[in-house]
Amino acid sequence: MADHRAETIAVNGTNIEVLRGGAGAPMLFLHGAGGASEWAPYMDRLAERFDLIVPSHPGYGRSDTPLWLDDVHDLSFFYLDFMAQLGLEGVHLAGNSLGGWLAAEMAVRSTARLKTLTLVSPGGLHIKGVQKGDIFLWSNEQRVRNTFFDQAMAEARLAANVGEEMADIALKNHFTTAKLAWSPRFHDPSLHKWLHRIDVPTMIVWGENDLIFPVALAGAYREGIPGAQVRIIPECGHLPQQEKLDDFLTAVDAITGGAAR
Amino acid sequence: MKFYFFHLMPYGPLDPDWDKTHEAAWVTLPNSYYDPKEGHKLYNRYLDELVRADELGFDGVCVNEHHQTAYGLMPAPNVLAGALARQTKNAKICVLGRALPILDNPLSIAEEYAMLDNLSGGRLIAGFVRGIGCEYHSSMANPGYSLARFQEAHDLIVEAWTREGPFPFDGDHYRFQYVNLWPRPYQTPHPPVWVPSQGSQETVDWAAHPDRRYTYLITFSPTESVIKNLNAYRDRCSAYGYDCPPDQLGWALPLYVAETDAIAKKEAGAAIESLFNKFLKTPAQYKLPPGYSSMRSYKFVMEVKYKFREEYLSVDKLMENGMFLCGSPETVFERLAELQGKMGFGQLVTMLQFGTLSAELTEKNTRLFAAEVMPRLRKVGVSPTVAAE
Repeated sequence: MADHRAETIAVNGTNIEVLRGGAGAPMLFLHGAGGASEWAPYMDRLAERFDLIVPSHPGYGRSDTPLWLDDVHDLSFFYLDFMAQLGLEGVHLAGNSLGGWLAAEMAVRSTARLKTLTLVSPGGLHIKGVQKGDIFLWSNEQRVRNTFFDQAMAEARLAANVGEEMADIALKNHFTTAKLAWSPRFHDPSLHKWLHRIDVPTMIVWGENDLIFPVALAGAYREGIPGAQVRIIPECGHLPQQEKLDDFLTAVDAITGGAAR
Repeated sequence: MKFYFFHLMPYGPLDPDWDKTHEAAWVTLPNSYYDPKEGHKLYNRYLDELVRADELGFDGVCVNEHHQTAYGLMPAPNVLAGALARQTKNAKICVLGRALPILDNPLSIAEEYAMLDNLSGGRLIAGFVRGIGCEYHSSMANPGYSLARFQEAHDLIVEAWTREGPFPFDGDHYRFQYVNLWPRPYQTPHPPVWVPSQGSQETVDWAAHPDRRYTYLITFSPTESVIKNLNAYRDRCSAYGYDCPPDQLGWALPLYVAETDAIAKKEAGAAIESLFNKFLKTPAQYKLPPGYSSMRSYKFVMEVKYKFREEYLSVDKLMENGMFLCGSPETVFERLAELQGKMGFGQLVTMLQFGTLSAELTEKNTRLFAAEVMPRLRKVGVSPTVAAE
């Protein structure tokens, strides 16, 4: 496992937990609804390539839940401030699901500190007639099963013995996700109008069998972001970085040039 | 004690096998299960049952709001309250209640309630609720703002009722340039407010506050938890520095009275089981969306309350835990008198039709209750001092 550390960073008075490991160009990876409180295999592989920075968003994990937090727009400004405070330049920004939506919201506001953008099955857009899966109406088991194409992975996840702290964190994450994404459901009706502002190389990665955010949404992002590339990963659900790690890394390398290597 | 006749207006003809192919009686149960011809008969039958309650001397008749479910056919309860205002003579018209936070314009509730109050000559009791969790899935209102929007919508409505308009309202969730209610309510300063609840501490603290002193109505809960919650409310009143009068405490439950205990159970058993096992059957995440409650109470409700409700609730079990009171007039009278002594409530909200209970049995139940039980409890729960614990 790559060397990594967890630290608490205060940005404008809000404390968040940040996992950090590796060296080289910075990659800021923004997690989805499930959070990122524990170092994961995909972080190991990204840390071989980058100075990997994985914060837990305000309202998630062991981070504060600030009163100012209402929506993904608030988070996008928060992370623009975060990058400025850490003095990050030439950032490879990546995000999955809710975190992908967040990364897109940051990029339409400012790409000044960005080198590339990788959106992994991101929320943020809506196509009329294309219905997203309803993670709030599914039971825990339905949610886990619908997250993965490979049901063996879902079963392993369901069988895992989660401790009390992680169970509480999962609940906290779920509450914050509802607050941010209940309505409009996992999208911002205005985001599509401003995607043309994204002027850094962009990669859209999607699991072909995503039951949460249908793969049709990849086309809407490709149409919106000038020059965006798209990789659709077969036999893959909503979390390519977990379910198809090698394919995910191939896509990351294609857009970032493999960075540190 | 005062007596109210509460109707949920369930879709009784619901195919009882619906749960072989669907997981929830709420939100997602296809409306192809609903037959408008049956609905036409039901609405008229149910209104007749409410009107009869007025004739039999009940102090109030009650309707309420639920959406997208066979459990209750009143997404717009004030439509039926309007009919009742014309067809009843004496009873209070109780809407228990409108769900404030799921609307973007709560002034429409202030307007409808004011209309009903005028139409009925001041017989309206205005219920304010947050709406159960399912309504947040149906309306897309964000459950994370439910409590804050409830309190702010309440402030807006009461201000609209009591303050000379036009005035601006600058809330965090609701903003209006011109609040200027036409008509103003008939009652002064405004209709009595009731707060039906299943016992959240936030609601207790808020409703008991000396600025409000709202009637707190605990609904559909095991006796043990009704006692605990009503006592918690009374304690909160004491902590605020006043004694809670019986009028400020209410209990709502399904009841069935017949000639003997055995006949009562036999006649009501299947219908009460349909209410709790068919019409209320819904997975926990439908009823408790994230953010609707605090995380602490979310965990409690998920782990304790809903675990229990996942079991089949037989009539015996429902009677044992007190969610259903059933028996001869003597049995029902004694139990209510005993519980009134323990809880100090002065408002009893009876549900005498439930689930699939037929028109004939509903009428029989209502007449027996009104004739044999009600008169004997009239003198209980009216004194200005609460019965000692």
